[in-house]
Amino acid sequence: MLRVEGLCKAFADFQAVNGASLTVRPGDLVAVIGPNGAGKTTLFNLITGHLQADRGSIRFKGEEIGRLPAHEICRRGIARSFQIANIFPRLSVFENVQVAVLSAKGLSRNLFRPTRRLVLRETESILERVGLQNRRVDLAGSLSHGDKRILEIAIALGNEPELLILDEPTAGMSPEETAATLELIRRLARDQGLTLLFCEHDMEVVFNVATSIMVMQHGMTLVQGPPEEVRANPVVQEAYLGRE
Amino acid sequence: MRPQRTVSPATLWALGLWLALFFAPFVAGRFAVYLLGVILVTGLLAMSLNLLVGHGGAYQFHHAAFYGVGAYTAALCITKGGLPAWAGLAAGPLAAALAGLLIGSLCIRLNKLYFGMIQISLGSLLWILALRWYSLTNGDDGIHGIPLPEAIAGPGGAFACILAAVGLCLLAMHRILASPFGTTLRAIRDNPQRCAAVGIDVRRHQLAAIVIATFFAGVAGSLFVVLEGSVFPDMLFWVYSLEIFIMCLLGGWFTFFGPMLGAAIIVLLRTLVGGMTEYWTLVLGVVLIGLIFFLPEGIMGIGHRLRLYRRRAAGASSPRENGHAAG
Repeated sequence: MLRVEGLCKAFADFQAVNGASLTVRPGDLVAVIGPNGAGKTTLFNLITGHLQADRGSIRFKGEEIGRLPAHEICRRGIARSFQIANIFPRLSVFENVQVAVLSAKGLSRNLFRPTRRLVLRETESILERVGLQNRRVDLAGSLSHGDKRILEIAIALGNEPELLILDEPTAGMSPEETAATLELIRRLARDQGLTLLFCEHDMEVVFNVATSIMVMQHGMTLVQGPPEEVRANPVVQEAYLGRE
Repeated sequence: MRPQRTVSPATLWALGLWLALFFAPFVAGRFAVYLLGVILVTGLLAMSLNLLVGHGGAYQFHHAAFYGVGAYTAALCITKGGLPAWAGLAAGPLAAALAGLLIGSLCIRLNKLYFGMIQISLGSLLWILALRWYSLTNGDDGIHGIPLPEAIAGPGGAFACILAAVGLCLLAMHRILASPFGTTLRAIRDNPQRCAAVGIDVRRHQLAAIVIATFFAGVAGSLFVVLEGSVFPDMLFWVYSLEIFIMCLLGGWFTFFGPMLGAAIIVLLRTLVGGMTEYWTLVLGVVLIGLIFFLPEGIMGIGHRLRLYRRRAAGASSPRENGHAAG
């Protein structure tokens, strides 16, 4: 579904991503792990078009998408959440998701119909799926941190993506929120047949959820494989997991 | 959730006020009616700017340039082009929108402050044209005595024309803001990066908003011709852009009618206090300082805050309100 090869990106003198490779097959839950500064977020920004790569290729469903702007990549079926809660603070929770649904349906430029009568069912159904239906009239900026992160995922779902990219979905969450979010992610993947690519610091989360793990260090891919294989890999143990 | 058919109280009040104003020429003095006309035209200009500033989050720093383009186009089409007055007045908004498209597509490639700076530069070029191209524009004398159709030549007719046109424009703007286009525009204001990530072409959307807003600025320009029968280069001066920016902030830039209220306050201050002392801007300064301290979201921002507070007090289960645009 998604195949990344030899991807490189430098900021001034700093080689943030330096030969990263990644394979995501339909139905996979792929986790990217690595220490701080390994280039995980940069890799995601490259895939979703928020940054342009210096070298390497990104193919999605066989098509090269490395040179496309972010909104074009989204229209091809990749949606994402961000590491910091990236929402529309002055819109209501409902409108936050509605904006994404309108965009997915090609209605964003409609000037003549009132928004409050459009895509209500679709938006409502997404809010119910993530459990935010009781907060729909609240301004998104007034939500708790955990709810903002959930809202982010809801916005991404509004695009009806085939591949959903989550950048540290549980960052800054309490243990209870983390557990609930994990359950949500697993349920979404199972019920909707979503393919997921995410990065995460919490190793428990990663080995619990992922079907495939890619390990990054210094912008490079060390290895990608099923969780057991990665856990057993001596290089990974040395570099990241730490020897027992 | 069921869509609501009810109209918000603010809209009803505005509609009632609008209808009542048609009787103004029969009850109010000539100067009061003229002043109302100035407020309506300036208010329309401020509200068109607010489409971009308050609802679109764009750094539209030289909006007066498009106001001037509208007014000058109407004036020149009528006096030099020999067009019928109605056609000239209709050409104003179209020319302003075209200027918006051209200047907008140059500015939109740049971010935020740079967007604003390049717009001030390009807009000032237009100002210089109006000021220095004597053979076409009469320079700093401006163009006076523009012939208008009899129906709108007198003060009463001019006022009715302005009131009708401003009402239609406000209605159109209200609908645009309540449409998916408007919702998406506010989403871009809040977070352009996130918008790109949900598949919205941010630049094209903003450019479309600029064309729409400059069109309405052009309508205000044409209405200025109806009101005054003249145009002059100061309409395009960048300081005037600052003034209409202040109107938006003063009245409440996250609300729909706020800029109209801001325009009313500034026009009245300038006329009433300006009649007593030439230092009327001193009073404006004090008002602005008070505003920044006590009402950072403008005068009509109070209503928004109160609603938020009530909504919170009523709990999350209350029915959804009519949306942002209703103000």
